[in-house]
Amino acid sequence: MSELSVKTMADYMASGETPEILFWVGCSGSFDDRAKKITKAIVKILNHANVKFAVLGTEESCTGDPAKRAGNEFLFQMQAMTNIAVMNGYEVKKIVTGCPHCFNTIKNEYPSLGGNYEVVHHTQLLQDLLNTGRIKIEGGSFKGKKITFHDPCYLGRGNDVYEAPRSVMLNLDAELAEMKRSRQNGLCCGAGGAQMFKEAEKGNKEVNIERTEEALALNPDVIAVGCPFCNTMMTDGVKHFNKEQSVKVLDVAELIAQANDL
Amino acid sequence: MTVWIMISIIIFILLFAGGSAFFFYNVSKIRRNILLGKDIDRTDKPAERIKTMILVAFGQKKMFNRPIPAILHLFLYVAFVITQVELIEIVLDGALGNHRMFRPSLGGFYTFMVSFIEILSVLAFIGTLAFLARRNLLKVPRLVKSELNGWPKLDANFILLGEITLICFIFMMNGADEVLYSRGMSHAQNMGDGSLGLTISSHLGPVLFGGMSEHSLHIIERIGWWGHICMVLGFLNYLPYSKHFHILLAFPNVYYSNLEKKGKFTNLGSVTNEVKAMMDPSFTPPAADPNGPMRFGAKEVTDLSWKQLLDSYTCTECGRCTSACPANITGKVLSPRLIMMKTRDRLEEVGKNMDANKGEFKEDGKSLLHDYITPEELWACTSCNACVQECPVNIDPLSIIMDLRRFLVMEQSAAPAELNMMFNNMENNGAPWQFSPSDRLNWKNE
Ligand code: SF4
Ligand code: SF4
Repeated sequence: MSELSVKTMADYMASGETPEILFWVGCSGSFDDRAKKITKAIVKILNHANVKFAVLGTEESCTGDPAKRAGNEFLFQMQAMTNIAVMNGYEVKKIVTGCPHCFNTIKNEYPSLGGNYEVVHHTQLLQDLLNTGRIKIEGGSFKGKKITFHDPCYLGRGNDVYEAPRSVMLNLDAELAEMKRSRQNGLCCGAGGAQMFKEAEKGNKEVNIERTEEALALNPDVIAVGCPFCNTMMTDGVKHFNKEQSVKVLDVAELIAQANDL
Repeated sequence: MTVWIMISIIIFILLFAGGSAFFFYNVSKIRRNILLGKDIDRTDKPAERIKTMILVAFGQKKMFNRPIPAILHLFLYVAFVITQVELIEIVLDGALGNHRMFRPSLGGFYTFMVSFIEILSVLAFIGTLAFLARRNLLKVPRLVKSELNGWPKLDANFILLGEITLICFIFMMNGADEVLYSRGMSHAQNMGDGSLGLTISSHLGPVLFGGMSEHSLHIIERIGWWGHICMVLGFLNYLPYSKHFHILLAFPNVYYSNLEKKGKFTNLGSVTNEVKAMMDPSFTPPAADPNGPMRFGAKEVTDLSWKQLLDSYTCTECGRCTSACPANITGKVLSPRLIMMKTRDRLEEVGKNMDANKGEFKEDGKSLLHDYITPEELWACTSCNACVQECPVNIDPLSIIMDLRRFLVMEQSAAPAELNMMFNNMENNGAPWQFSPSDRLNWKNE
């Protein structure tokens, strides 16, 4: 495995260069062991496609999304303004995020606080890299496998992005199966709205179990996701049904990286 | 003009004027209630708003995600809209003492219109029976949930039974008139054609009323006519008390929809000022609000925006939102439909309180938050937007949930303990978990 090449904004600044794009890694992508693998997959693809990208490294801080959805607007705006000050300082123009929550927050909620950037989710960047031929996928290890995609709420309903992840996966020569509740009607994994950070309220079932059940009913080889939180929830769901040997939960970026043996 | 016609004109005019006046009186109260909400601007992009209204309200676009109820509902909806044309004639006939006054001048077009309305009425009849069956026999889950027990269930059945009665009156009126006309005894101007030519009633009339005397037929025709107009006025005045009000409010409610991406939540301007002042000592916040200190978030219906209050009056209680809600599906107490119903209930209560106290609200020791909507409901929401997506009239239950959460957290510091921990982590480490910010790039070398 080749070394990851990751430069920070500060590195670029020091060498007088400007990157094409800022990769906003996010808290999960930085700290969660499972999500770090997604981060690395994204970096491998960016390296492979020779995209000049930067990260903020230790200058990155939570977008404030979980605070905002939990009702703590103060904390959210403090986080937002801190991040905006850092990014405006580096004259950031374009951002790719590894998480739909970061994507939504920076794209939609930062502008009125002074942060105006072009923001894409990593599946949209992948689509772009494929369309422009900067990456190619030749069949690869997912050929003929059955994959079902779980729409993240903040990518799908929240921002009307349904096709980017699907069109990326079309390149895998796999069988894409849709759950009954998909796209606009997709069912949440249960993590949004700050639920990730608390016990669920009293009920008769966990949301991720309900959702995983629906996915498993299709007998997929892979449940594809585009969000580190969904990843956690679906992975837990698959474990709950003791299916982790036969069903993998993988981010779209990981699928692309693995198909290319990166 | 006979004295009977004079009397009937007077009764009609009194009835019609009274019915309309009472309706507008109630509507003005609802309007006042809605305007108790906070101001927000929803007047931008008029072209896009009109387009949305035509597609979603007029064209019922979102209904068609579920084709069976959509088609049944379409029958009722189209019949309702088209029947308004006939109502013009009925009102004029009633006020002027005429009988089918448009027929001579409109001729074939008249026959076509009334026949068209008859066919739609039959379809609406079928639709109504099917809806009654879905609620009472098939027991479609979203329509029989216990949150509808009591008035909401009755309300729904009243409307459907009223609809059926109304259609029966239409066919009594037209059927009896057809038989009378064929005998040359109708009050409609005889045009020498032997039949009014109404597609359904020219067949149904003779079957139902064929053997009756002229006297009985005239009575039946009049019962149908008066029954029809009384039902219409009754319906009109029932609307403000019912979820059925959506037939009017759906249009403005969709027009004033949120046109932004659903994931975009509002940034509270009042918070921005405080945060700016905190982070930048040279920042001078704008002069304080003359209406006293603002609340952060919402505790009471009057803390919500007028659009959120309009939403609550527009809700049809169809439960599409609730049937798509991940929290509700997994047995949590949250139901977005109930959020809307409770908001309306509380708003009605506040309105009645004001009516009883000369237009001033007298503190009643209650509030929307806690007395109507509980924190347990609010904390079950995943903010997934499924409810917003589902709603056929573009209601946004999530925005109310968020505003109430904001009050809980920012005014009452009443977040669940785990969330307070998350807030602390974010404040101290810039991440919702307890990791050191200096470790943020460690993944690179792992
Ligand atoms: S946004 Fe909240 S209330 Fe609406 S469907 Fe999702 S979980 Fe339910
Ligand atoms: S909010 Fe909309 S979807 Fe939910 S019950 Fe009311 S009308 Fe139906």
